[in-house]
Amino acid sequence: MIIAIPLDETKQDVCVSFGRAPYYLFRNTDTNTDEILTNAAAQAQGGAGIKAAQFVVDQHADTLLTIRCGENASEVLLAAKICIYKAQKGSAADNLKAYDEGKLEKLESFHPGFHGAV
Amino acid sequence: MKIAVLSGKGGTGKTFVSVNLTAVAPHATYIDCDAEEPNGHLFFKPEQTQQTEVYTMIPTFDGTKCNGCRKCVDFCRFNALAFVQGKPKVFPDVCHACGGCALVCPTGAVAEEKRGIGVVSEGLSDGIPVISGILNTGEISAVPVIRAALRAGNGENTVIDSPPGSGCSVMEAVSGADYCLLVAEPTAFGFHNFRMVHKLVSLLHKPFGVVINKTNGVYAPLEEFCANHHTPILLRISYDAKIAEIAARGDIAVTLNPAFAQMFTSLWERIQEEATA
Repeated sequence: MIIAIPLDETKQDVCVSFGRAPYYLFRNTDTNTDEILTNAAAQAQGGAGIKAAQFVVDQHADTLLTIRCGENASEVLLAAKICIYKAQKGSAADNLKAYDEGKLEKLESFHPGFHGAV
Repeated sequence: MKIAVLSGKGGTGKTFVSVNLTAVAPHATYIDCDAEEPNGHLFFKPEQTQQTEVYTMIPTFDGTKCNGCRKCVDFCRFNALAFVQGKPKVFPDVCHACGGCALVCPTGAVAEEKRGIGVVSEGLSDGIPVISGILNTGEISAVPVIRAALRAGNGENTVIDSPPGSGCSVMEAVSGADYCLLVAEPTAFGFHNFRMVHKLVSLLHKPFGVVINKTNGVYAPLEEFCANHHTPILLRISYDAKIAEIAARGDIAVTLNPAFAQMFTSLWERIQEEATA
């Protein structure tokens, strides 16, 4: 199983933004390996959430741990049957541990986009 | 001549200036491009209005033709498309209707369908054509509605009441204007946003002048800025509770107050001189 987590500039902590997180951590629980990839959507003029969601889907993630997530992104993620859990502020490692222990709740509320002036 | 009235900050008096200028100008059409909140019709109260629906196009995908190459998704710079569960999915609010996805599709799987996003209302007020662009609530981009409203106006003279701000919808509203009238409020906030539209019309190489509305003495930063940039101040309108009352009632000041009518007639003449100078 692959777990995706948006990371901030430290490459260790969970990023508060889903769409514009600079990096993503992909944890493969079968091989117990981590991969940190740059999120191209971070620089998008618009539709960053959709593009980031596409990125997560294309990395074959099954599960996403995120602090928040927009409506458009959630449509893509849920269509791809990705389970979304609410991450807590702090390190990705702590959140993976909390997920393992069944302490994270499912994220069920998705905010409207923070669309800038278009 | 097409004159666009803009301000940056909302509430400075764009509609007030636009409506009164239209009322004194010869053979003028009023076009309300503040499509998110059109309110010029409250003053003109146009009759026999006709509504024309404004559409934008969104792509539809034929699953039997789509080969899953994702060229459409990769092409879309607005990220309005995603590819999940073996098929493209469009987010209509994010789509800019550029039609690029249909062009790049190698199998002809992309067609376009209409999506209504607002209306253009046309009517007459004492012989003055009044056109309003009205965006549906919740829609993100007013640009197609503004474009349709501008297209509906074809009179000798046109006054375009622009949206507030300095973004895409303002650029669309002023794009075809021969002259831009910047309405400024003599406050720090008003001055800040005035500089933004000043920069915008400068970048667009439009001739422009300034109306300072609701003055109460001289607001030096604004006056100095205009002097330093050789920007003409065409009119200063003093704050006057009586005029505010007329406007709040939904009446047009130049039709009730001869001094005001003279002031706006002079403004119109001054704009003609400035625009042709």
